[in-house]
Amino acid sequence: MSAAVVPRITAVHIDGGDTAWVLGSAGLVLFMTPGLALFYGGMIRTKNVLAMIIANFATIAVVSIVWAVVAYSLAFGPDAGHGLLGTLHLAGLAHPNQQVAGFQLTVPPLAFAAFQMMFAVITAALLTGAVAERAKFGAFLIFATLWVVVVYAPIAHWVFAPTGWLAHRGVLDFAGGNVVEIDSGASALAVALVIGRRRGWPREVIAPHSLPFTMLGAGILWFGWFGFNAGSALASGALASQALVGTQLAACAGLLAWCGLEKLRTGHATTLGAASGAVAGLVAITPAAGYVNSMAAILIGAAGGTISLFACSAKFRGGYDDSLDVVGVHGAAGVVGTLLVGVFATKAVNPGIRYEGLINGGGHLIGVQALAIVVTIVWAFTMTWVIATLVQRTIGLRAAESAEIEGLDTALHAESAYDFGNTRATRLGS
Amino acid sequence: MKLVTAIIKPFKLEDVKSALEAYGIAGLTVSEVQGFGRQKGHTEVYRGAEYKVDFVPKIRIEVVVDDGDADGVVGVVVKAANTGQIGDGKVWVTPVDQIVRVRTGEKGPDAL
Repeated sequence: MSAAVVPRITAVHIDGGDTAWVLGSAGLVLFMTPGLALFYGGMIRTKNVLAMIIANFATIAVVSIVWAVVAYSLAFGPDAGHGLLGTLHLAGLAHPNQQVAGFQLTVPPLAFAAFQMMFAVITAALLTGAVAERAKFGAFLIFATLWVVVVYAPIAHWVFAPTGWLAHRGVLDFAGGNVVEIDSGASALAVALVIGRRRGWPREVIAPHSLPFTMLGAGILWFGWFGFNAGSALASGALASQALVGTQLAACAGLLAWCGLEKLRTGHATTLGAASGAVAGLVAITPAAGYVNSMAAILIGAAGGTISLFACSAKFRGGYDDSLDVVGVHGAAGVVGTLLVGVFATKAVNPGIRYEGLINGGGHLIGVQALAIVVTIVWAFTMTWVIATLVQRTIGLRAAESAEIEGLDTALHAESAYDFGNTRATRLGS
Repeated sequence: MKLVTAIIKPFKLEDVKSALEAYGIAGLTVSEVQGFGRQKGHTEVYRGAEYKVDFVPKIRIEVVVDDGDADGVVGVVVKAANTGQIGDGKVWVTPVDQIVRVRTGEKGPDAL
């Protein structure tokens, strides 16, 4: 891609079944973010659970609007040059009947824009896990707004848009191994370093307050991931079916790998391990779901669960409080899955790909996959560091120490998550 | 024997427990309580209606010690729980008539 491309106005042939599946998938992926709120909310202390939940819900609100106004166009608008960024041609969701540059969609472009909107939402929402129990509410939303424009949209353009420079080199990322998982993992590391550790971490035990909540959230994420991965076929046929089956098998393999390993290492299979392993398996299959067969999906899921188990303890050695392991789960399993696309991708599953993986004799693919990983990590880490520092130095990203001690729920939001007694509050002004 | 009761800020529990262990106490009991002193509570808002929450969450620590250790234990708790801010809590000492270890039936200081 070189000079600016004048958008070609092509009619979109709309298929009813494909449209129904992509719209339904948009709903499934939307539901992942409230699921994430519960998944994360259960892993923190009672005094901060509402702050976590509202941060996720408000991220849905902010990112959806930023996406519609500008970020969708930066990601999927006609290429502005060299595959680096989209133009503002689609800003404000303009030209909804015009084929999206580089695609041969059989769904209305607005269905595609809505589906991709939910990806931007959950990727930004994942960062709440890195700043848990200490971020200011409004400041996080400003950070998320800048982040979607500066970090998410360019990477989505490079990798997801066929006109993007990494996609042009043959990089394969079916549903966001780079764009969602590695991106959020590298960004989580940067923002966790900027905002600093929670008071008392890691000396004090900061344990999950409700693992049943976390398991419910993990179940919602798993359910929503069918839309995430199988919806990324952007059609309701054989490829979506393969992606859905691969997604299921990888989640199962991730769960079993994590629980099996921790049983060997510590003597116990844990519920949090089961949830973490399933999510790590889902993360690992995300870039691969539409390129690999079912047995490869099992291997990829197991690899994701295994690597994440070890990656989650790195924060104690590194001294960074990535509170809910965005780096360890999404970053690490995202890297594993993206590399393994370069091993297992096959035209037997997806005839549309240019390069096959190592087992089919091609070495090129794993090389460009590695390039995409490095580029994504460098861009996401650097730019997130800059944005987070900017917000921290101006309005402050971190909550006051007194609010952190009291708990963000009462200090920032004037609410308590749990009230099991009858002695607590009296009504004012009645 | 004396019962030392302390009301402290919840986030100071770890510091107080570590300091008491270092002092050499044999055990303690902790409960989550709520109450008020000079520190005021906070306001909560539900669909526009404001509620005053008068009672502040606190931690109550109870330690039974030999007579000679009471002042020392009080000193350890006061030092470890102090932040200089309002709401740091109170420590008081009360006499204990008898104490029995349930498992062995030992009585008095032997049961500590």
